[in-house]
Amino acid sequence: MGKIKVVQYINQFYAGIGGEEKADYKPEVREEIIGPGMAFKAAFKDEAEIIATIICGDSYFNENLDSAKEKILQMVKKYNPDIFIAGPAFNAGRYGVACGTIAEAVQTEMKIPVLTGMYCENPGADMFRKSVYIVETKNSAAGMRAAVKKMAPLAMKLAKGEEIGSPSEEGYLSRGIRKNYFAADRGSKRAVDMLIKKLKGEEFITEFPMPDFDRVEPNPAVKDISKAKVALVTSGGIVPKGNPDRIESSSASKYGKYDILNYTDLTSETHETAHGGYDPTYANQDADRVLPVDIMREFEKEGKIGELHRYFYSTTGNGTSVANSKAYAAEFSKELKNDGVDAVILTST
Amino acid sequence: MVKEIERVGIPVVHICTVVPISLTVGANRIVPAIAIPHPLGNPSLTMEEEKVIRRTLLGKAIKALSTEVDGQTVFED
Repeated sequence: MGKIKVVQYINQFYAGIGGEEKADYKPEVREEIIGPGMAFKAAFKDEAEIIATIICGDSYFNENLDSAKEKILQMVKKYNPDIFIAGPAFNAGRYGVACGTIAEAVQTEMKIPVLTGMYCENPGADMFRKSVYIVETKNSAAGMRAAVKKMAPLAMKLAKGEEIGSPSEEGYLSRGIRKNYFAADRGSKRAVDMLIKKLKGEEFITEFPMPDFDRVEPNPAVKDISKAKVALVTSGGIVPKGNPDRIESSSASKYGKYDILNYTDLTSETHETAHGGYDPTYANQDADRVLPVDIMREFEKEGKIGELHRYFYSTTGNGTSVANSKAYAAEFSKELKNDGVDAVILTST
Repeated sequence: MVKEIERVGIPVVHICTVVPISLTVGANRIVPAIAIPHPLGNPSLTMEEEKVIRRTLLGKAIKALSTEVDGQTVFED
């Protein structure tokens, strides 16, 4: 058997094309090894070879999910690889969704093994962990070396059709697949052993982690929206010009609450975005594009809504941990409730 | 954030571009937006034209908030 042929998918950032200003970069294929491919090449030694790298901007992919997927699929087909590797995407949300989407499509359409990597809180992880192998990585590119160390050997195993071990052995995110095996001890003994460890306060590993279905049932509709107090909330990082609370451009450690009582329109003079995860040009020109105060005021005047709540809440959603976002929102939601807000419009970038 | 708002008993609509993410996160009322860096605008149009599309999107959002839903619902139009 010759060298295993690999095609890799990366975004505009890892291709060295640019940051957010190039996030609308259209799919492109290059017959070379680029960016993270270098580390994979070193890890593959002579066993495998990256024959092509496909690059696509994160915003382009996510805004054109179907057409981008189809286009990239055609590119991969042309090279007929033995395995397709996407990313790793770490905690980059759009990149993770792109990696998962294209990996799943390649696996389904071409019937070849695929592999991607991302941080467990990446939205792409929950979307695709059941369908594709996703190696769990750290939350930033500082974890590249560790990611390649796990991804490269797993990719080789997948390409050769070897047996794949459990998620904890191989380092991928659990796919919810059960496998029978012969344990040394019977169930009752294992359960009692676990219980004793738990009583002693020692660490133990459950054999059946309970799934975490965190779903909230929809609330009843607003009876009469023309009388309702409506609040605006955003993860798009809109803040008063100058970002008075210094909300971080990513991995926000706080949220802001801002008074809009005297605003009928947000302008480049008054508001901007603190968000570092998308090209800020358009939001900085006119923040209504993310936080639509202008039209909400018109709705208020026209009687379409009762009133626009005096405050809006904002944070930057990129790289911000689920636990933090949850805590921020739990706190300000109570305030919204106490302030008599009847409905919320939440905008995300 | 959308779930925490819903949890305190306030109906909430999520306006966002990448609908699959919103579905994964668990939003119940979803209105698809224009683009990631400008969900409620389009810089290639004039300010007036932009306000028209923003008004349309927010009209959908208001409608979504006034509509009873049984589980996750995407309001396409």
